[in-house]
Amino acid sequence: MARGIKDKVAILGMGCSKFGERWDKEADDLMVEAFEEALKDAGIEKNQIEAAWFSTAIEEQHVGKSGTPLAVALRLPQIAVTRVENFCASGTDAFRGAVYAVASGAADIALALGVEKLKDTGYGGLPQRGRGVLNSMWWANASAPGNFAQLAAAYRAKHNVSKEDLKRAIAHVSVKSHDNGSRNPKAHLQNKVTMEQVLEAPIVAEPLGLFDCCGVSDGSACAIVTTPEIARSLGKKDIISVKALQLSVSNGVEAQHNSWDGSHFATARVASKKAYQEAGVTNPREEIDLIEVHDCFSVTELVTMEDLHISAEGRAIYDVMDGFYDHDGTIPCQIDGGLKCFGHPIGASGLRMIYEMYLQLQGKAGPRQRAKAPRLGLTHNLGGFPHQNVCSVSIVGRYDR
Amino acid sequence: MSKGILAYGAYIPMRRLQRKAIVAANSWFNSALKSQAKGERAMANWDEDSVTMAVAAARDCLGERDRNEIGAVHLASTSLPFADRLNAGIVVNALNLPENVAGHDHSATQRAGLSALADALGAAGKSAILVTSAEKRRTKSASPLELSSGDGAAALLVGEGEPVAELVASASRTVDFVDHYRGENVAFDYTWEERWIRDEGYNKIVPATLRDLFAKAGARGEDIAHFVMPCTLAKVAGPIAKKAGIAEGAVRDTLAGVCGDTGAAHALVMFAHALEAAKPGELILVVAFGQGCDALLFRATDKIASVKPTRGVSGWLKRRREETNYQKFLAFNDNIEIERGMRSEVDKATALSSLYRNRNTITGFMGGKCSVCGTLQFPKTNVCVNPNCNAFHTQEPYPFADIEGRIMSYTADNLTYSADPPACYGMVQFDAGGRIMIDFTDVTPDEIDVGKKMDMVFRIKDYDPQRGFTRYFWKATPAA
Repeated sequence: MARGIKDKVAILGMGCSKFGERWDKEADDLMVEAFEEALKDAGIEKNQIEAAWFSTAIEEQHVGKSGTPLAVALRLPQIAVTRVENFCASGTDAFRGAVYAVASGAADIALALGVEKLKDTGYGGLPQRGRGVLNSMWWANASAPGNFAQLAAAYRAKHNVSKEDLKRAIAHVSVKSHDNGSRNPKAHLQNKVTMEQVLEAPIVAEPLGLFDCCGVSDGSACAIVTTPEIARSLGKKDIISVKALQLSVSNGVEAQHNSWDGSHFATARVASKKAYQEAGVTNPREEIDLIEVHDCFSVTELVTMEDLHISAEGRAIYDVMDGFYDHDGTIPCQIDGGLKCFGHPIGASGLRMIYEMYLQLQGKAGPRQRAKAPRLGLTHNLGGFPHQNVCSVSIVGRYDR
Repeated sequence: MSKGILAYGAYIPMRRLQRKAIVAANSWFNSALKSQAKGERAMANWDEDSVTMAVAAARDCLGERDRNEIGAVHLASTSLPFADRLNAGIVVNALNLPENVAGHDHSATQRAGLSALADALGAAGKSAILVTSAEKRRTKSASPLELSSGDGAAALLVGEGEPVAELVASASRTVDFVDHYRGENVAFDYTWEERWIRDEGYNKIVPATLRDLFAKAGARGEDIAHFVMPCTLAKVAGPIAKKAGIAEGAVRDTLAGVCGDTGAAHALVMFAHALEAAKPGELILVVAFGQGCDALLFRATDKIASVKPTRGVSGWLKRRREETNYQKFLAFNDNIEIERGMRSEVDKATALSSLYRNRNTITGFMGGKCSVCGTLQFPKTNVCVNPNCNAFHTQEPYPFADIEGRIMSYTADNLTYSADPPACYGMVQFDAGGRIMIDFTDVTPDEIDVGKKMDMVFRIKDYDPQRGFTRYFWKATPAA
């Protein structure tokens, strides 16, 4: 087992744009908005950044390919910029690039920035996008909610849960996240919703209704990373370091082999286990203080609670209904409002999750700050579909050395 | 060993559009339609065309029969999806027939199906010939043809062996009698007066052909047990039969009430229906009219009871869903400009080189079976999917079209573009191994659940309006 990256890299600064329907902003406006906040927070000059990773996903309707959109938007001094695209986990993977650069010693200070303009399509929901020459000939005519909705059917069949009980549990997930989002000025949706509203909303893909789906937004988030030593030399106190960063990618077993039951994410189970190992976490339910997960759909969040080994298998609906994951619960999930309220500008989401952790760990989250300052936070960023996906898990925490 | 019909089958789409729904929408314009408001017509799903229906009929005909005996495939239709691409070639590929078979498309007349059968009976030798015929015509709104037509297909396997029916004799006439026509680049038929078609067309051309046939066969009208003659005009088949000495009871139902006239396929659809009822020794006379006439006389053999289609015309007629939404019929047939939404605008270009490389996967639904661990998978890949095997280059071709599968997960999706929302799809897991996330068809959301048995059917995957290309793949539908 490799030694891992625990405590080798510190977050020097972070920024996050306002998420939402930013009709009046171009992608480079959003990049600059997130970057200026991060640069100010880091307390460095732009020219001190030595390498950058740039996450965007849907280039057809967005900024195009390559690292140039970031380099041009920020006028980076002709440094290395790599574009990262790994489905909806692109943001965390850009962060992984920057963190690995610092951990390896290839760069002292590195940048990860994600951005997505989703609202230039002319219609609601995630944009239509290419699936590849051969895939398009046979893949089911599936939307994102339709793919994720199937978790519900398989989960119900496996754990013998009634349609009504599952619907109520996933509705609670959305009610909770909207409640959290109402305390976050950067969230796209800042309105509370009731159980009745969620349960009675029009169905998008059976059994997911409108409120079971995350918003669709424009936004950008970024992180500047360095070593803990450099962070300290720059005068940083309360250093937040990276404890683990793991990525697990489906190899076709779920889609093609009958060993997967459709009720969970095989990758999330692998990535979270490896992340706990890398971070030295032995009992996540006891040790993790806060989680931000990829709640693209309410049912995704529900089953992810089990895949992260926090709720026991088949018990997530009980933990959810008991308020275990509410903002005043044992382990708040989506204390910032999550994808549910931020929407999901694909390239930015993973970094947006880490941004919230970074604020919470420093006690800087304002009205939504967890009273007892958390020490260890986990983010989970997922891309693709339950039957074929990429899953990133990061653990960040206070640097105690 | 003798030559004749070795097997037969048919296909009638599940939806049956109620004629009263058509008439209710159109009688404001043509009140004469009110007299035709009875019964129902078969209505293809949006994802069906003459090629997919021909494949369905061929599968109904062939069942589990060894397909290696087939040396040629004919497809007859006036509504072929491709004007220049061998449509029968798609059928050959979908049936996973070997490449060393001949393929023929027959078109341009309502008797194309029976002509193809006559050709095949002449040509069949040691290797059998599969004759398929299918029709899905576009018809003008408020036209009599819209009411009288139906969508459907038939398939007959012809060759040497132990036939269920032998050819006794045949006769043909070719006369440029233009009762109707469909010019090139024109979507719809143009039709002349019915009384003229009856008096100058059917009543002169058919009897002349039958005289030739009876002379050749040495048979008489009263010998005929089943008289098969498609005709949408009233009082034509009966009087012709009577004049020829054929008993009134021998005149076969044209299926007008329950299916409608399936055009170039209809003589074969009716023939397949007659074969279901025929008894050993009975004579079956099949007639098709269209710029002349073909007449084929068959005798059912003592094998008639031992070879049955998987469902046959009767079975398909029972697989029935009443459709009362005329607007949906118009939309499925592209007879109305419906707002399909921006999600439908996604480019559906097909890379023909990739389709060719993957033709057995896409058109033939051919997956793989690992020669080391025996695991089935779709699609076939270089490395076995079994996590405990992962052997390289061990995949043998394995056909998935006819194996049993069950729903593992599913949804009904209102967001994704579908010509018939909600789009139903899900993971189907095959009992023998392997699985696929696949579109469902001929299904309503309330019918699907985890564990439900599904059959695989060959359907249109999507249509590329920019380039006029139809692409096909397989879908899952509730099992029989």
